[in-house]
Amino acid sequence: MTDRATIDAEGLNPGDPLAQLSGHVSHGRFERVLRAGHFAISTEIAPPDSADPQEVLRRAALFDGHVDAINATDGSGANCHMSSLAVCALLTREGHSPIIQISCRDRNRIAIQGDLLGASALGVCSVLCLSGDDVSVGDHPEAKPVFDLDSVSLLQTVRILRDESRFLSGRQLDLPPRLFLGASINPFAPPHSARVDQFAKKVSAGAQFVQSQYCFDIEMARAFMARSRDLGLTERCYVLMGVGVLASAKTARWLRSAIPGVHIPEDIIHRLEQAEKPRAEGRKIAVELMQQLAEIEGISGVHLMAFKQEEWVGEIVTQSGVLQGRRPWSPSHLAHLTQLAKA
Amino acid sequence: MYSVRLWSARHSRQMEWAYNTFNPAVVAVLRGVVKVFGRKLDKPITKAEALAKGFLFDCKMCGDCALSKTGMSCPMNCPKTLRNGPCGGVRENGHCEVKPEMRCVWVAAWDGASRMKQGDRIAEANFALDHRLKGQSSWLKLARDD
Repeated sequence: MTDRATIDAEGLNPGDPLAQLSGHVSHGRFERVLRAGHFAISTEIAPPDSADPQEVLRRAALFDGHVDAINATDGSGANCHMSSLAVCALLTREGHSPIIQISCRDRNRIAIQGDLLGASALGVCSVLCLSGDDVSVGDHPEAKPVFDLDSVSLLQTVRILRDESRFLSGRQLDLPPRLFLGASINPFAPPHSARVDQFAKKVSAGAQFVQSQYCFDIEMARAFMARSRDLGLTERCYVLMGVGVLASAKTARWLRSAIPGVHIPEDIIHRLEQAEKPRAEGRKIAVELMQQLAEIEGISGVHLMAFKQEEWVGEIVTQSGVLQGRRPWSPSHLAHLTQLAKA
Repeated sequence: MYSVRLWSARHSRQMEWAYNTFNPAVVAVLRGVVKVFGRKLDKPITKAEALAKGFLFDCKMCGDCALSKTGMSCPMNCPKTLRNGPCGGVRENGHCEVKPEMRCVWVAAWDGASRMKQGDRIAEANFALDHRLKGQSSWLKLARDD
């Protein structure tokens, strides 16, 4: 696409909303990239323990031009941080493409529906529906867990708001939210045989894309995808497999034991142990996993989780080559084009 | 009781048989009771249900019983009260991430469902619970068709 065409298609202000294409449920870039058949990259921003908007933008700038969407976590690990909605609102203003994560732990259906309308009004185009970690694992174990909805009934809720233009109560909306609807999967945790069925349940409830927990076991991913293809799920839903960046064997062991549902095979830990530079080895493992995942039929992208190693996301994406030269839309690039157009 | 609850899910097939065999009769009797006594016997009937299902399933009297769709493993025993399948945090040994000493209710549920004739109903989505029903009898709900 020429620079002129980019400006014509996407507007001069990076924060301006795009037009909604026919057959799309949102006007977001993330949906566009997936529906266009590109291999997509999403990543995760850690919301700060701060009221400083610049801190959010500084963290997001690390991903500029390397990813198609940025997940803003919602009190991940049941620890308190800036809210996902606020982070997303800051990001859309700059022209980033955020995915709002909504967990069922902290808010009931009244609050969640309000946030979904608010998110859409603030330019958020994608939502990830989660059950959420239990309060007992976080920094406020004394808090009251809500869990009024669960991940599946949350998916149903978004679909009712969006497609039926009403609240769960039946009261009509004047304008429904336009949201590309996502869910999480974990093919690597028990009950293994039921994980594909759980994926199917989420697709039936409305999931249009899914992002997975860390994948460190490529054979397990292959088996899971084979079963998903057999059930026709990959035709109805885009799958982004989670890729983690491990800093050391010690981190890997800690993750495996402290975070239930994280499965890291012994050979990965062995590789990190043997490596002279474990951090570089961790990145190499991520690059290799991305390349292997991109080869699996039915996988539409990867969700790169580089907690405390965010500055390496760009290099990992580039080295993996999974974008095949495609440069994801980025606020800085468009700002540059805007300057050119004015000059 | 935890061990009885696990036993019930392991014997989901027999539980299903008992439910399908006796439920129509129980509901018919309750319909008669409701017709004659109105709401006068609601309290003892609810108490009886709580005792029986409490013993067998650690029932939490959510008022919207889903046992026949959840492999006879009560989802309200999940610390997150998830009614549509396990979260992503199930431990390698199939136990709960929040209560490591407890088997994940959804691991038990899928296991139980695999033994039931109509076990594939576990794939059906349960919509969010109506919290006004908490403490109310599912049996009476069936008898009153509401």
